[in-house]
Amino acid sequence: MLLNILIVVGTLICSIQAIRSNRLLISALWLAGSSALVALLLYMLGAAEVAVIELSVGAGLVTVIFVFAINIAGEESFSIRRLIPRPITWGLLAVTVVLLGGLTLSHMAPVLPGIDALPFAKAVWEVRGLDALLQVIIIFSGVLGLLGLLAENSGAGQFDPISGDKPGVKL
Amino acid sequence: MNFSIPNVILLAVLGLLGVGLYGLLVMRNLIKVVVALQILAKGAILALVLAGRMQGAIGIGQSMALTVIVADTVIAVIGLSLAVQVRRHCGTLDVQALSSLRR
Repeated sequence: MLLNILIVVGTLICSIQAIRSNRLLISALWLAGSSALVALLLYMLGAAEVAVIELSVGAGLVTVIFVFAINIAGEESFSIRRLIPRPITWGLLAVTVVLLGGLTLSHMAPVLPGIDALPFAKAVWEVRGLDALLQVIIIFSGVLGLLGLLAENSGAGQFDPISGDKPGVKL
Repeated sequence: MNFSIPNVILLAVLGLLGVGLYGLLVMRNLIKVVVALQILAKGAILALVLAGRMQGAIGIGQSMALTVIVADTVIAVIGLSLAVQVRRHCGTLDVQALSSLRR
């Protein structure tokens, strides 16, 4: 029991640090830690397959992509001024969490002991086959997004908003 | 409220959703916005699997969580590629500076 609470606290600490950290690279590493702990929580819930996928994709692939993008874009420090005032932020947050928690707790049913007539593979490939098709389409759009990440900025043909012409065709 | 596994994980779900929402409201860096979205999606994944377990149909919950993981990863890739291209063309990742460029 204490282990569960420790894992949940660790997950929340990693997530808060990912938001709070000033350096983007450190933030990505905290996010990877959060993903790993979420995968552990999924395993404790009995969802071993999704836990493995979350660990490999969430803590592995996404972190690599984050580090790659941060290396390309570079670090940038901003002033402290916020877009939304602090009282409004905390108020919205409190209302959301309290409403969500209250609604969920009021509908919490007792855990049914080990009833699982539908295995994971059958659920993915047969019952929710349309979801699998949708995932293929989403993955293709992700590949297109990755091409956008890898696209080089050659400069030729890029629109210059000040002079109004293309720098690559200047004589 | 007892500290059984579902209750403890429900707390984690609420915490992750809260932290992600806070990040979305406060962050000005485009890459940090993607980080906040990732945290929000992790809360959703945990919530789906928890709901599946509570209803005794964890296979369905897992398959829905798998869809969310795939969509979440693609959102991260597209969001980061957009952030990189914005940085190249506009020279900043600041959301407020980008919105003031329109004027």
